[in-house]
Amino acid sequence: MTPRVRRFAMPLITASLLALATACGGGGGGGGSTAAQSAKPGEKIKLTVGLFGDFGFKPLYEEYKKTHPDIEIVENVTQFNDHHSNLVKRLATNAGAGDVEAVEVGYISTFTAQPGKFVDLKQYGLDKRQPDYLDWKWQQGLSKDGTQVLGLGTDVGGLAMCYRKDLFKKAGLPTGRTEVAALWPTWEQYIATGKKFAGANLAGAKFVDSPGEIFRAMVNQAPVGLYDAQDNIIAASNPDVKKAWDLSNQLTQEGLTAKLAAFTPPWNTGFAKGSFATIICPAWMTGFIQEQAKDSAGKWDIATVPGGSGNSGGSHLMVPKQSKHPKEAAELIDFLTSKDNQAKVFKEEGTFPSIPALYDDPSIQNFTKPFFGDAPIGKIYSDAAKALKPQHLGPKEADVRTAIGNGLGRVEQGKQTPDEAWAQVLEDVKKIK
Amino acid sequence: MSSLPLAVPRRRRRSVRHTLDLRVSPYAYVAPFFLLFCAFGLFPLVYTAWVSLHEWSLLSETQTFIGLDNYSTLLSDGYFWNATFNTLSIGVLSTVPQLLLAIWLAHLLNRRLRFQTLFRVALLLPNVTSVVAVVVIFSQLFGRDFGLINWVLSWFGAGNIDWAAGTATSHLALSVMIMWRWTGYNALIFLAAMQAVPRELYEAATLDGASGFTQLRRITIPMIRPTIVFVVIVSTIGAMQIIAEPLLFGQSSGGGGGIATGGPDRQFQTLALFVYEQGFANSTFDFGYASAASWLMFLAVVIVALVNFLITHRVKGGVI
Repeated sequence: MTPRVRRFAMPLITASLLALATACGGGGGGGGSTAAQSAKPGEKIKLTVGLFGDFGFKPLYEEYKKTHPDIEIVENVTQFNDHHSNLVKRLATNAGAGDVEAVEVGYISTFTAQPGKFVDLKQYGLDKRQPDYLDWKWQQGLSKDGTQVLGLGTDVGGLAMCYRKDLFKKAGLPTGRTEVAALWPTWEQYIATGKKFAGANLAGAKFVDSPGEIFRAMVNQAPVGLYDAQDNIIAASNPDVKKAWDLSNQLTQEGLTAKLAAFTPPWNTGFAKGSFATIICPAWMTGFIQEQAKDSAGKWDIATVPGGSGNSGGSHLMVPKQSKHPKEAAELIDFLTSKDNQAKVFKEEGTFPSIPALYDDPSIQNFTKPFFGDAPIGKIYSDAAKALKPQHLGPKEADVRTAIGNGLGRVEQGKQTPDEAWAQVLEDVKKIK
Repeated sequence: MSSLPLAVPRRRRRSVRHTLDLRVSPYAYVAPFFLLFCAFGLFPLVYTAWVSLHEWSLLSETQTFIGLDNYSTLLSDGYFWNATFNTLSIGVLSTVPQLLLAIWLAHLLNRRLRFQTLFRVALLLPNVTSVVAVVVIFSQLFGRDFGLINWVLSWFGAGNIDWAAGTATSHLALSVMIMWRWTGYNALIFLAAMQAVPRELYEAATLDGASGFTQLRRITIPMIRPTIVFVVIVSTIGAMQIIAEPLLFGQSSGGGGGIATGGPDRQFQTLALFVYEQGFANSTFDFGYASAASWLMFLAVVIVALVNFLITHRVKGGVI
């Protein structure tokens, strides 16, 4: 090239290269989205597992790799809300989802309503696992018409109430878990106990962290929650929802809450500083407490929850259709949710198995944790799980909860009276399509 | 004799190439930018307008054309106006003190100082810190129970302010975060402009006995007006687009609320955050509605920039 030609040609070449790169970048995602390629022999298969929070799977991966040397597992952990909204985006754009994705129960109906986006695990024989599971947990993982198996359950969140023995003692309340449980068979009595606690005027300690999770627990205890069986939102007309709302706001108005919304950094600090004396405790919460309140080993204990049993939380594992290794992903799910492994994860992380055969297993029944003052958490959560009555969850469950959570927050921040907040909640809920 | 007929076409060819080179190659040089701009700037802009005329959810396969329905819903949506108010409020609260402070800082640095470079680099440091780090740290400083600022205020009998809960207090907290990141950056731009102001003016003013402040007011500011106009417009546009600060502030303050509502009462939800909420953060993924909101926001930015330009244009007497 002569210098003159170069001067003319180089920018053109640069420009066209750039244009080409742009074009390729845009189209790259779609390729191979549904193609199920199996790897060539000798090549490692990489499986990505998308989770929110720590599921306690890491030791299981190591074990799995021993029997499956050709599998490599990468865990991808994001925050709860981000995880689910990212998953929706990745399904919609057919790119970027992992081979195995965890979905929390609040979102499960959103995803089972899109059976075309997920692999039917029946194809890989996982319907054989049905007899293992709690029936309602199994049902939640099916497509809406019940013909496809889209997700296998990991854990259930049977309810209990965690409390700080040291703060209870200072406030002159009983500290033994049976006596504490006797304080609050109902939520009204729980609030009455809270008033007694507040009467002791302990500096820097409130009775409960915030009304949000309490509300969720109360709604989950009702036979019907935010949705009816036909997937209509009935938050406005269901008296149980209104009652839960009123009781939650009563906590606020009596000054019993520390105004610390769950899963925020100040809430984490609150654990460390002992800012609240009780917290609603689905099984998975025990792992959280242990992580956040490392210094307070032995100070926490667990009693039964007011108002009977209910489920709060719990997850399923699903395989998006865009996975390149659906067979291997399904096998991994089978392994991660197996009876033995659910028991192992419970002992480590506190998330409670969804396999009822384990509930009477002596190794679970007799399981205690020193962190919680040797509370028999195996027995507490087994009893909670056995008594569970499943509740139908609708496709926009998470949005309805957000709207109500915002309402509770407005009352908590003193912006509105409970009635004003409720009116706005109903307006917000109406807009949810 | 025989070489002449050959030479003419060659010369003509050369001149064609020469003209082509002269005329076309400048376009070729700027082409990469414009190609990228079309792909990532213009196309999204036009496509967003198209999407905004539809009932368009990320989740559903079909999109129905609904004309301007999204816009009319939007104009009667209280949350949209609330976000608009918050955006303006945070914008004014952060931009005005920020620019005054930046001019003042630049003025201070525009003299012979020891460790000049050190000071100038230090000014830029907050700007290169990640916005996530800034918001996380400031959210702790503005914490209700264990925050440093409330602790200091408690010495004076005040304190125990729930910064994230109040409308005014949360706007103030966010403005401080924005100012922290951008004041130094703007100060450097001002400083660059100030260094182009002839020294003799200051020397003459000093001889006449003018104070430092009078010199700033009477010499520096009139001389750097074009830069001020530029910075004001850029900062205003930036202020209209604030999203990361309120989003992360909402997540790292204890007030709860949805991830993108900017507090349970939407007390610090900005327009950009509103768009994010509608399009990405709730499970409706209402792209049509979010696109309509983006377009109104775009128009607002254009209008605000224009007004800004006109005002500053008039103030400085029509010279850019």
